[in-house]
Amino acid sequence: MAKIIIPTPLRKFTSNQAAVAVQSGTVIESIRDLTFQYPDLDKHLFNEDQQLRGFVRVFIGEDDIEDLQGHDTPVQQGDTISIIPAIAGGI
Amino acid sequence: MSAEIKFSSEELARYSRHIILPEFNIEGQKKLKKGKVLVVGTGGLGAPLLLYLAAAGVGTIGMVDFDVVDDSNLQRQVLFTRDDIGQPKVIAAKKRLEALNPYIKFVAHQTALTSDNAMDIIKDYDVIADGTDNFPTRYLVNDACVLLGKVNVYASIYRFEGQATVFNYTDKLGITGPNYRDLFPTPPPPGLVPSCAEGGVLGVLPGILGSIQASEVIKVLSGVGETLNGRLFLFDAATFETRTLKIKRRKDNPLNGDNPTQKGLIDYQQFCGFEKPSDHAEKFPVKTINVKQLHNLISQKANIQIVDVREAYEYEIANIHGELMPKSEVAHHVQKIAKDKQVIVHCRSGKRSADVIELLQEKYGFENLYNLEGGILAWAKEIDHSMATY
Repeated sequence: MAKIIIPTPLRKFTSNQAAVAVQSGTVIESIRDLTFQYPDLDKHLFNEDQQLRGFVRVFIGEDDIEDLQGHDTPVQQGDTISIIPAIAGGI
Repeated sequence: MSAEIKFSSEELARYSRHIILPEFNIEGQKKLKKGKVLVVGTGGLGAPLLLYLAAAGVGTIGMVDFDVVDDSNLQRQVLFTRDDIGQPKVIAAKKRLEALNPYIKFVAHQTALTSDNAMDIIKDYDVIADGTDNFPTRYLVNDACVLLGKVNVYASIYRFEGQATVFNYTDKLGITGPNYRDLFPTPPPPGLVPSCAEGGVLGVLPGILGSIQASEVIKVLSGVGETLNGRLFLFDAATFETRTLKIKRRKDNPLNGDNPTQKGLIDYQQFCGFEKPSDHAEKFPVKTINVKQLHNLISQKANIQIVDVREAYEYEIANIHGELMPKSEVAHHVQKIAKDKQVIVHCRSGKRSADVIELLQEKYGFENLYNLEGGILAWAKEIDHSMATY
């Protein structure tokens, strides 16, 4: 299993869970496991072409998956996956 | 470079803790005094940023804000006191900061930063610190910084969570790091990520993130230490989890990727999905009612329905006995909204309710909906002065 950390703006789609345990394998398999558990997340993470949306980045450990092998980046047991959305608050 | 910068004996005494700091010393202090920093937004992030930059002795500090001080700001905007309520923020801030440090210069830009004025305002500064509260201005500040070659020290906050980094920083080898468009090529659709005004924010959180921003500004100016260039710092105050992630430039960045397509500023409202009204919305504009008219209707016991589209926790702070149907759940409550009488829809300020009415008109064919102008804030101001505002 690996862990996906859910950012605050998306926690309303994960019953307020801050972290969710998912299958390891490839990063897309892990995220698909997350959206299988919480289907409402799907449209916030993926566009119609099943690509990650432009305001969401996915990291394994401290590396952006775009700088690794994209959707096919392997996820090891115990890895931490971060979903980072844009937030804009400041005042 | 900074040879011409001189300090009075009072300044040397004031900055002595910097001057005796190894690596920083008098050279670092001179670079601060020579530095020109623009703080965009004098709110939760802007408050600690401005206080620390002024205390540290940054020579020229500009600030941009169009807003006035409100009581609900004082939960986190530690620059202001009750005496400042109703005053333009940049004017109140300038007065407070001049009292703190008389040896430096402050410039108040009492305006919203827009595509029309951003290049002109930003060009005179070395470093920009972005403490704004919305996506259009975030992209505007970023693009202007990239086009003008300015460093953009960035932080943003939401509820218990903060992000900070340094964008568009050119290192000693002449290599420029990523900017906001490398991290987030496109903004989220309007409504997915609520503002702090709607979603709430832990008051001390902007204090923490704004202080990190101030620290990064001082490092950029003084050249001391290693900035957050190429690294995104994340902080969750609720769990005290911190992460520092690597971010890189993207080939498809429209400003400075392999094939740049964007040579100037654009319409950021449109870019962020705040579209011009659709054909339907133009044909059926949102009808409005003001608080005095609503007050009269209630006094006359008129047969009306009041729908409150705020969140439950906002309802607890103050309400006018409307039926609570939070904006995100309205579609599930459509059958509860009358079609045969006047229905007044309201939120905090009138924005969310206007969005709801547009949706209900377009999707469900309602023709009897009226938006309460100025929302419950206007009600508190004009009808019920004892009502709490937030």
